Amino acid sequence: MQGSTVDTSESQVLVTAESQAHGHDDHEEHPDFRIFGMILFLIAEGMIFLGLFAAYLTFRSVNAIPADQIPERELLLPGINTILLVASSFLIHPAEDAIKENDVKAVRKWFGLAAVLGVIFIFGQGYEYSQLTFGLRDSLFASTFYILTGFHGLHVMLGLGAIFAVLWRSREPGHYSAESHFGIAAAELYWHFVDVVWIVLFLLLYLL
Amino acid sequence: MTQAITENPGAAAPPPSPQHKGHHPWWIYFTFCTDHKVIGIQYLVTTFIFYLIGGALATAVRAELATPASDLVSRELYNQLFTVHATVMIFLWIVPAGTGAFANFLLPLQVGARDMAFPKLNAVAFWMVPPAGIMLIGSFLIEAPGSGWTSYPPLSLTNNQTGELIWILSVLLLGTSSILGAVNFGTTIIKMRMPGLSFNQMPLFCWSMLAASALVLISTPVLAGALILLSFDLIVGTNFFNPAGGGEPVVYQHMFWFYSHPAVYIMILPVFGMISEILPVHARKPIFGYLAIAYSSLTISFLGLIVWAHHMFTSGTPSWLRMFFMVATMIIAVPTGIKVFSWVATLWGGKISLNSAMLFAMGFLSMFVIGGLSGVMVASVPFDIHVHDTYFIVAHLHYVLFGGSVFGLYAGIYHWFPKMTGRMMNETWGRLHFVLTLVGFNLCFMPMHWLGLQGMPRRVAEYDPQFATVNLVCSIGSFLLAISTLPFLYNAIHAWIAGPKASGNPWNALGLEWQTTSPPPIENWEGEPPLIEDSYAYGSKPGKKSVTALKGSDLWKTPV
Repeated sequence: MQGSTVDTSESQVLVTAESQAHGHDDHEEHPDFRIFGMILFLIAEGMIFLGLFAAYLTFRSVNAIPADQIPERELLLPGINTILLVASSFLIHPAEDAIKENDVKAVRKWFGLAAVLGVIFIFGQGYEYSQLTFGLRDSLFASTFYILTGFHGLHVMLGLGAIFAVLWRSREPGHYSAESHFGIAAAELYWHFVDVVWIVLFLLLYLL
Repeated sequence: MTQAITENPGAAAPPPSPQHKGHHPWWIYFTFCTDHKVIGIQYLVTTFIFYLIGGALATAVRAELATPASDLVSRELYNQLFTVHATVMIFLWIVPAGTGAFANFLLPLQVGARDMAFPKLNAVAFWMVPPAGIMLIGSFLIEAPGSGWTSYPPLSLTNNQTGELIWILSVLLLGTSSILGAVNFGTTIIKMRMPGLSFNQMPLFCWSMLAASALVLISTPVLAGALILLSFDLIVGTNFFNPAGGGEPVVYQHMFWFYSHPAVYIMILPVFGMISEILPVHARKPIFGYLAIAYSSLTISFLGLIVWAHHMFTSGTPSWLRMFFMVATMIIAVPTGIKVFSWVATLWGGKISLNSAMLFAMGFLSMFVIGGLSGVMVASVPFDIHVHDTYFIVAHLHYVLFGGSVFGLYAGIYHWFPKMTGRMMNETWGRLHFVLTLVGFNLCFMPMHWLGLQGMPRRVAEYDPQFATVNLVCSIGSFLLAISTLPFLYNAIHAWIAGPKASGNPWNALGLEWQTTSPPPIENWEGEPPLIEDSYAYGSKPGKKSVTALKGSDLWKTPV
């Protein structure tokens, strides 16, 4: 994972302007382990999705949903969406290298591009929902489809929130620096996570 | 992983801000405080209050069962009583007391840190517990959940829907709190050990918390997933688990037990760690088989993830799957047995002082073994089909959760009370508490084995009159258990206010948490904490103080 290469360098950073600003009380003297904690949290997040995927696969395989209850899914739109999301993951990645050069302008550029693709993804998902022939309660497959895509969409929005937060905070010069950029690293890591989940989800829900 | 140590505070660190010294005022315990010791005590007191409430519910259940007829409470209320009793005891007492209270208080002290890795997150995790508990218990005012703590659909979809939603919300909140706690514990243990303290030197409590935190991180989210689907079934009317609408209730059972089986290890692993800390101190002996105990915790946590369907032997689980889960479950007896034998070997030839902490630790050991043995019995498919949903299961689970976890938690309270409060508890009251608990516990739960084997079903308010006498004995035992908390409460409250002052190290223990004042100052040590290379080197010669030089197997050579 790209994120884990990030955190080892970060954890060596001791007291920094940012960690002092967010640290407890006024006595922060241990290194910044927030990326490590973030990774542990993402393991937990990933397990929710794994649990839901496992439930879906069980619905499909044990006492399988009859084939005629599984509607045909349009592949073009979600296919484009997949490409957009994967592309945004690649676009957000150079931000990490840029901030290590103290290049906040480049960070804003890459984060902005990723955010644009993310927003298009959400609207694309919404458009797809509006075009679907089945509703949430129509069948077991339909319910699972909406829960999985919806729960993922919620995570995309959370990721977008993180990206916008970084864009907002980076207006202030010096807020992020080569030594202290937890926000950037965390938003990027989260975005990669959301992307990986989508790829699995796409394979299971649309192609299976 | 040794890298983690070398990159810890070193020459590169800028001068730290001035250390916080002194002690907190009393009102700090009612605030959003980020000190891990305050949070640990907040957890302990809060969860103990929930334990008393859960105990009151249990007493009501037993009062109803004292006679065969359903005469004291209505059948509906009976269902709600045992549902909330179980939920409170599991999610609001044992899980947060083991992983919340003791882990918070002890981990930073044992790894030589000033606080947890994420103190604010820690306080957030704690403050999720009281609202969740109040919500759950307050549900009696509206409509309490009544589908058992397992909330199996389709029953939970049709029975007490409001109560069910309250239950889901409460458990989701507690699960989130648990996950945030585990993020903190994992980071603290892996990243915050003091320079020079390697993994194989850290106290066994840290090892067991590492294993328990891994389980929380991996399994709790799956329960959250199941509850999200269940709440959609309840609110929106989807049919994930409703067979009438094409859903599959067994999927809920799989997701539920994927958490709830590991949850029993989440409840017992911290206690395993505490027992491994307590026995050597009061037996004045090195722990037997340090590495075996440490790695068996990790083994238990791995195996614990792949045995969940043994709760579902009668849920139409295919026989090849039942075979796998039966064998995997029985294998768990191996790492658990390693621990039990190591503890017994630790006691062997030791200078045992039978104080309250040690009595409860030994009570834990003997009661837990009974629960463990009946655990192997119910792991076997043919036997389980016979006793499934009978009182045999009730007996088994109380022997591991009460005889195991609660006895261990009491041992932990008696052992660390001086460190937490700076006061000593009274030994006479403590021993009285132990005797009442042990007698009441066995009187209450031992006969249930027989009841179960005779076919008395659980979760039913009335029963066949042939079981009347034995049930009365169980109920008397439960009342004795209820009474047994009184000497403890008196002892704890009296000691906290007016008990004799405790020194920094009243048990002459070698653990790092004892090498500071009682209670510890705000940042745990004045100055740097000392590095303890072997915190179990009791009764050994001064020159032999290292894990590799002194093994527990030295015990039959020099019984000092």
